Amino acid sequence: MTYIPHSLKERDAMLATVGVKKLEDLFQDVPAKHRFPKLDLPPALTEMEASSELMELAADNENIRGDLVSFLGAGVYNHYIPSVVDYVLRRGEFYTAYTPYQPEIAQGTLQAIFEYQSLITALTGMEVSNASHYDGATAVAEAANMAYAQFRGKRAKIVISPTVHPQYRATLRTYVQGMGLEMAGDDPTADLEAGPEALESLIDGNTALVVIQYPDFFGRVYDLAKLIEAAHSQGALVCVAANPTALALFKTPGEMGADMVVGEGQPLGIPLSFGGPYLGFFTTRKQYIHKMSGRLVGETLDSRGQRAFVLTLTAREQHIKRERATSNICSNQGLLALACAVYLSVLGKTGLRQVAELCYHKAHYAADQIKKVKGYELCFDAPFFHEFSVCCPIPVEQVNAHLLDHGILGGYDLGQDYPALKDRMLVAVTEMNTKEEIDALVEVLAEARHD
Amino acid sequence: MTEATIYELSSPGRTGVTFPEPDVPRAKLPTGLLRKELPLPEVAEVDVVRHFVKLSQYNYSVDGGFYPLGSCTMKYNPKINEDLARLPGFAHTHPLQPVETVQGNLFLMYTLQEWLKEISGFPAITLQPAAGAHGELTGVLIMRAYHKDRGDAKRTKMLIPDSAHGTNPASSAMTNLEIVQVPSDGRGNVDRVALRAVCDETVVGLMLTNPNTLGLFDEHLEEVIQIVHDCGGLVYGDGANLNALLGILRPGEVGFDVMHFNLHKTFSTPHGGGGPGSGPVAVSAPLADFLPGPLVGILEEGDEDEGPLFGFVTPKKSIGRVKAFHGHFGMFVRAYTYIAMHGAAGLRQVSEYAVLNANYIKARLKGVYPIPYDRTCMHEFVADIQWPQAPGVRALDVAKRLMDYNFHPPTNYFPLIVHEALMIEPTETENKVTLDAFVEALLKIAEEARTQPELLKEAPHETPFGRMDDVKAARELVLCCYLPEGYAEEG
Repeated sequence: MTYIPHSLKERDAMLATVGVKKLEDLFQDVPAKHRFPKLDLPPALTEMEASSELMELAADNENIRGDLVSFLGAGVYNHYIPSVVDYVLRRGEFYTAYTPYQPEIAQGTLQAIFEYQSLITALTGMEVSNASHYDGATAVAEAANMAYAQFRGKRAKIVISPTVHPQYRATLRTYVQGMGLEMAGDDPTADLEAGPEALESLIDGNTALVVIQYPDFFGRVYDLAKLIEAAHSQGALVCVAANPTALALFKTPGEMGADMVVGEGQPLGIPLSFGGPYLGFFTTRKQYIHKMSGRLVGETLDSRGQRAFVLTLTAREQHIKRERATSNICSNQGLLALACAVYLSVLGKTGLRQVAELCYHKAHYAADQIKKVKGYELCFDAPFFHEFSVCCPIPVEQVNAHLLDHGILGGYDLGQDYPALKDRMLVAVTEMNTKEEIDALVEVLAEARHD
Repeated sequence: MTEATIYELSSPGRTGVTFPEPDVPRAKLPTGLLRKELPLPEVAEVDVVRHFVKLSQYNYSVDGGFYPLGSCTMKYNPKINEDLARLPGFAHTHPLQPVETVQGNLFLMYTLQEWLKEISGFPAITLQPAAGAHGELTGVLIMRAYHKDRGDAKRTKMLIPDSAHGTNPASSAMTNLEIVQVPSDGRGNVDRVALRAVCDETVVGLMLTNPNTLGLFDEHLEEVIQIVHDCGGLVYGDGANLNALLGILRPGEVGFDVMHFNLHKTFSTPHGGGGPGSGPVAVSAPLADFLPGPLVGILEEGDEDEGPLFGFVTPKKSIGRVKAFHGHFGMFVRAYTYIAMHGAAGLRQVSEYAVLNANYIKARLKGVYPIPYDRTCMHEFVADIQWPQAPGVRALDVAKRLMDYNFHPPTNYFPLIVHEALMIEPTETENKVTLDAFVEALLKIAEEARTQPELLKEAPHETPFGRMDDVKAARELVLCCYLPEGYAEEG
């Protein structure tokens, strides 16, 4: 009866009101031969026992805030999260509420999402943000869904750069199975030295959407204005999957003319938590709003003349339009959008810029030191943000095993996804990495060469 | 009464958090690529705290009161789950770490897979989908892939009962399937005659919510499943209403081929004001090879000295991944804790009491509130607000008036087959005193509907905000706020 508050006396009184003798009598409609199966589960634990069991499991992991020093990124990053963020998140009024379908008693959630939308449009340089998607990968998939709807299915091609996160491309491949779209550019053997203009030759009058990542999967920052112009000249839409921390420093995709800017919001106040829950942010231009999926909060007045907020344009959504909805999406990542809003508020204009610059300077220091080590070099020479590719003298797996022996979590092995990038490691550096840690990484890399 | 927006609270030069100066030499920034303005607010930490605390106080929540929102399973969210999900060993592990360094996480995911299989009676499962609707899309893609793999290309139709959640047809439409609606019969079951008439060699399958959204267990469940199987179709189970079935029935055993779970309903992970959810998908043996990867499996069997080595495996004919990484791990920690603290007997009690509570409210309202399908219900039931003595009063008015009695309204206008539906799902975590107070409020409101209908029409009165102008919101589309013009110069 862990969380069931009835006394036996109350139970019996209720059974009498219902007009049955025992609880079992309530289940007459369930086929008798399948009714009340015996479940083979371990005996129930008390809170105290569950707490120790889970603490032991957590201790079986090597975490990156004590056990290991991390230089691993590849789409999600170890950033400092101010205490305020979790303080707000742990308020039961926020985390135990449902979707704000009853606005009179949900203004807290609604205004918080409205502010999230505002902060995200400011960061991306776009006009409209929805209330969020599941993660960066599904936000890209929803961009394809939106472009497909925008052209009413008459354009069947999605051009995607091979320098978009491999898992985002994989997710998009899954989604398009159903939509009957073809994908071009999704080729890990393509020339990865080439800049974004390399995609131009793939864009034609049948292209609904061009997807590119900024900074790209290898951390490189390119001006995308020319590519976007080329796509627009073919009538195609452009979706930029952006790292939100980088947007505090670099020109926004909005400024470069993107039609949608989406991405993984995890860097904005959300712990790594072994892969989720995270936050997919999704922004676009006002003209495309009716084809955008996901919830949307708008400002209005209540019957007393007070400024208030409601879910709006709900006629796009599945609970109203069913099979004619813009998407099947129902949940957003409400609580994570709140985390993001609190994070962006408390860091604000100067704090976020500071984080972005710290990442930049530290990553560049690390890159400069690593390339001085004999046998290691930087694979690309384009400008980069806080992640860069290193060509290693021995397989990345061996380098990483050696680093791990010294308590260092090395970078991502690019050879897993790109055959041409065998022995290349993607190293991420954030404000969390100290100079001492970077120097230790460099030292152990030098040792690893001799193994 | 209203709270300023975070931009209105902003004042030039104010800061919340500051970070250390760089401990490395500054690198040269690529000037041509930099942005000029970063129009984020400037507020102090205390401003942020007061602002969001104030906002939180405008919310109704499970921690604050009874939330009988039908189909949403707003049960109490145990506090221990929140503590455990935040343990550094869980919260600060990177999804791409070598498996040897995250054996605790992988053991937890593997065990949760095993437990959910045991509870549902399916032999295979993925934890990856992010929410219920995402699980549906995953399930539909698996069904399509299964037929295609058998060389059966004719199947293009998905059958969906008229009582289904809107996500069912929307998820099928995302994969370009044709939706065929199946009516309900007079007792709220799937109409078997109508079902037979549409079952042929073009059917991918049937998406069935059972108990359905009327809170009724289909009295001919096995026959319905058989009809679909007979035409070569598959049966998808929408697990939204699984809170009625723990230890009561295993859907995999009665012939369902696919089912998604909503960890945020049945297994107490918090709803978070609209998410995150978590929507694992379980399948029957013939569909196991199509699950999205990676799944957690055993890479090396253990022995007397050491446990097994857990790692990731991808099924042979996988439809591919449906999101980045491995799913909403933080929700897995909470669901794991919840199941561990219940055991088999505890889970069965969850469903028994959820069903008792719903039947109790229904019994007490009977005679005053019209109940269109008056059978023993499962975890929820639907009332139809059509009172001859109060002809102008609608379900919406009753819902809004309930707020004045400090209750969250039930779901209204769903399912669509009941005109003025109020869908009530109390869950098992409410005591008799709360249920009685809720019933008394509803009875009082029924009386007000006859004697003072304007009280309902203009409700709510006692909440910080009144009814909203939805038309204005949709017409004006003010979707964000900004720093005011000339903001920086003011400082």
